[in-house]
Amino acid sequence: MKNHVLRPLYVALALVGFILFVRKLLVPVDFGIYERGYMYGWHRKSNEAEWKGVRIKYKTDKGCRDCHRDKYEEISKSGHSIISCENCHGPRYEHPKDPPGLTVDRSRGLCVRCHAHIPYMTGGRGDIPGIDPEKHYPQAECVMCHLSHNPKPMNQKREARS
Amino acid sequence: MINRRQFCKRAIIAVGGLMLPLAALEIFDPRTLQAEKETGNKTRWGFLVDTRKCVGCGFCVKACKIENEVPYDANVTRTWVERYVVTRDGKTYIDSPKGARDGFTSPKIDQNHHGMHEIPPQEVTKAFFVPKLCNQCENPPCVQVCPVGATYQTEDGVVLIDRTWCIGCGYCIMGCPYSVRFFHPVHHVAEKCNFCYHRISQGMKTACVDACPFGARSVGNLKDPDDPVTRIIMTERVSVLKEEYGTKPQVFYLGLSKEVK
Repeated sequence: MKNHVLRPLYVALALVGFILFVRKLLVPVDFGIYERGYMYGWHRKSNEAEWKGVRIKYKTDKGCRDCHRDKYEEISKSGHSIISCENCHGPRYEHPKDPPGLTVDRSRGLCVRCHAHIPYMTGGRGDIPGIDPEKHYPQAECVMCHLSHNPKPMNQKREARS
Repeated sequence: MINRRQFCKRAIIAVGGLMLPLAALEIFDPRTLQAEKETGNKTRWGFLVDTRKCVGCGFCVKACKIENEVPYDANVTRTWVERYVVTRDGKTYIDSPKGARDGFTSPKIDQNHHGMHEIPPQEVTKAFFVPKLCNQCENPPCVQVCPVGATYQTEDGVVLIDRTWCIGCGYCIMGCPYSVRFFHPVHHVAEKCNFCYHRISQGMKTACVDACPFGARSVGNLKDPDDPVTRIIMTERVSVLKEEYGTKPQVFYLGLSKEVK
């Protein structure tokens, strides 16, 4: 066959080879079809481990109990025991190492999440003791008068007396 | 000997039969899933939301944003809570200010450009909160539409996104019938709830489950018959969102009302 026919053919072949080579370089080795088949499981396997390795910020109440046993037991008797410590005290990370002190949220906004009165009789919201945040001492922080760890009115008085 | 008429008839029946996808005949049933537990893996993550317990405090949304490093002030979130208020005249009002990151603190309902809508309490016939998150569908449409294989489903049923591989085309965001996907403002790739994969794979619960004071959320292994979540899904009246799409969601709802979209 004449050379002028073969030459472009070689160029085309070289191009295909080059593209395949680049593809080989760019596509990760563990990219393939895994358990969920071609339609759902076509991915880079090592990404699963990357997602598993994300740092945990909220370490749950279990760790709090180990060091702050007395506090933990006191709160467990109160109506607020259903609230996780970290909801108000912030995510624990590696506390006490990191962060050594926690970012405690004492703001009004935290309390009115539940205690702004919304009168829905269906569902639990209407049953929670609530206030109108615009009328009930709007300038004050809730913690100035209320004990967040022990919220019963009876306890508030006892605390005030002591 | 077959004649032309018979041939045409049989051919039409055969072609019609072939066109019916097998998936159309298959009805999703957690029991089937559990029966398969002997073959291969032992885990299939599922989620249970009890809408009757949710009070709209939004602690779940706050915890999720911090745990999963979703920028706190950007108006995107992996999980959110919707409020539904049904009035006497049959209207339904829905809102979710900031995805309920700061909870619901007012009876006024945010109606976007129509402003805040106040409904007198005596007009309300039904009002409830519905937490939403990724459904980790058994047939995830978001995965099917990904042109590069950046989003995929793991063996235990969680749909994940490879941040290094996502090209940001947005097909998955359009493809999700539940609108759970969004662009991550920092990484500029598709983002969504992954059931806190780093937590559940270490035996912990998701950040939203741990943050919920009222026990409205729970996560469990659908292949474990002794799992309390699985027990409820098997025995109680649970429903899923947008069942008609055939995506087979794995987030089950207790007490879901017909108004919920």
